Amino acid sequence: MSSLGNAGAAWTAADTMDVLPAKDGNEIQNYMINFGPQHPAAHGVLRLVMELDGEIIERCDPHIGLLHRGTEKLIEYKTYLQALPYMDRLDYVSPMCMEHSYVLAIEKLAGIEVPLRAKYIRTMFAEITRILNHILNTTAHAMDVGAMTPMLWLFEEREKLMEFYERVSGARFHAAWFRPGGVHQDLPAGMLDDIGRWCEGFPRLLDEFQGLVADNRIFKQRNVDIGVISKEDAILWGFTGPCIRASGVAWDLRKSQPYDAYHLVDFNVPVSNDGDCYARFMVRMEEMRESVKIIQQCVRDMPAGAHITDNRKVAPPSRREMKRSMEALIHHFKLYTEGLHVPAGEAYVATESPKGEFGIYMVADGTNKPWRCHIRATGMAHLQAMDFLCKGHLLADAPAVLGSLDIVFGEVDR
Amino acid sequence: MTIIAPELGTHSWPVMGRHPDLHGRLAAVLGDALIAIADHAGETSVTLARDALVDCVVALRDAPDLRFNQLTDICGADYPDRAERFEVVVQLLSMAHNLRLRVKVATDGAAPVPSLVGVFANAGWYERETWDCYGVMFAGNPDMRRILTDYGFEGHPFRKDFPLTGHVELRWSEEHKRVVYEPVRLAQDFRSFDFLSPWEGTDYVLPGDEKAGVK
Repeated sequence: MSSLGNAGAAWTAADTMDVLPAKDGNEIQNYMINFGPQHPAAHGVLRLVMELDGEIIERCDPHIGLLHRGTEKLIEYKTYLQALPYMDRLDYVSPMCMEHSYVLAIEKLAGIEVPLRAKYIRTMFAEITRILNHILNTTAHAMDVGAMTPMLWLFEEREKLMEFYERVSGARFHAAWFRPGGVHQDLPAGMLDDIGRWCEGFPRLLDEFQGLVADNRIFKQRNVDIGVISKEDAILWGFTGPCIRASGVAWDLRKSQPYDAYHLVDFNVPVSNDGDCYARFMVRMEEMRESVKIIQQCVRDMPAGAHITDNRKVAPPSRREMKRSMEALIHHFKLYTEGLHVPAGEAYVATESPKGEFGIYMVADGTNKPWRCHIRATGMAHLQAMDFLCKGHLLADAPAVLGSLDIVFGEVDR
Repeated sequence: MTIIAPELGTHSWPVMGRHPDLHGRLAAVLGDALIAIADHAGETSVTLARDALVDCVVALRDAPDLRFNQLTDICGADYPDRAERFEVVVQLLSMAHNLRLRVKVATDGAAPVPSLVGVFANAGWYERETWDCYGVMFAGNPDMRRILTDYGFEGHPFRKDFPLTGHVELRWSEEHKRVVYEPVRLAQDFRSFDFLSPWEGTDYVLPGDEKAGVK
């Protein structure tokens, strides 16, 4: 017992304290702590400087930028196609959704037509990516508040989804598969059947996961009424995606500003009115079920046809064509050296990434490189509200709030 | 006023609602502050007088048929050829009417841009980022620290005259037992490939033929 007492005394070291004089002459000391940047619950490299009154968070100041790589600057020095793989490295949990905004921005500026099959393929893989992302977020969130099992159960499913990634693009994560005008390669034979089969088994696993945590007493105590944000505040703080839908705003870019084949598929937008960590978790759970529905419809309705535009100033010709046609060979050479040209102009294109609105503001100057490519990171708006959400909560609630916001630093820091 | 519903399936990129008379309404709401209005790729952007930014954004938010109620983003852009080289680009979203609007103001880097923190809570970090990357100051933002770059970083890296490789590099020094900064030393010269050439081939002019086509 004596050693415990000594350890307690060490916490009052004066040099780590913010000393404030109180009314009655006694000194009230607020404790400043560093949460991260090397903390498993910080979801990467987040440094939270917290001012604590006992265990209650008085102020919370997130320091970001520890993973800043200057992506936007690098893109200005690359051709449009060379810059595409940088997108995968933004939100590395949902790579294809990052590519999606980027290729749509190029398509919008250059007015590129996309074949229907390519639209369906991209829609399907955007939803696979959404499940990929939500599996990581929901299970990691459960683990942050003490439940280890879901992560072990559902990561096997994630692995299966990454196999789909690998089969179409050759890479498990950094696919670089969405291209202006479509996708780089068509789906391999039998792919749709396998995806369809996976869709049949997954909802049952999701039910088991939900049964394990959703009504669990500890899980509820850690999440219900924690980090509540109202409808008005969520709009004011720039929330999007599951975070704003958990606060009762039925806003989903897939419905309100549909792109690719989203206007052709039928799905619901789950909304909750509570605005707390539990609501954000449950909205993501329901979204996964809706995503499965979308994938099934894509598998069912996928038309035959080209997987990428036949505009040779945008997309390369096939290998077979290149062996016979001089013109095809020249097009291929020009595309992979000089790259495609995007007419001068500017556009802001946002898609519903798994985390929320992910936007690309692209300024093209008519050459083969963008003049400016700003990335509107979803997590930046959400993380900014950390102070607002955590104020007055206990220190142990911070990981729950952070987990429910779904922050990935590749995207926040860019 | 009725918003024109989006035409679905015409193209791959997102389709939005369309205001029947956006230009007219913007001219009425923004008044003298409106410097230019432009449409490109189905998007509208307005350039405003710098000092009127806050009033204009409030007016855009409160006008019942516009209601741009969410600040999506603020970013900077650098155009060294212009007299006022920096542009601050504000993206607004109207959830009620499914509209987007881009608001731009120009500055030369010395003159501060009025801060939107009082109107939209999330402007704070976006303005810090713009300050960090471009060195544009925001008057009225209470927290103008750097955000993305390292503690103690010098310069504004996204300016066009800032080299891609930067000025300093850091390494672990066994001698000092800490990370030290040193000037960048490139093992090979920085190579910037320029593949720009017209698809139609180069227009060669034979020596002595320069005046051939000129009358």
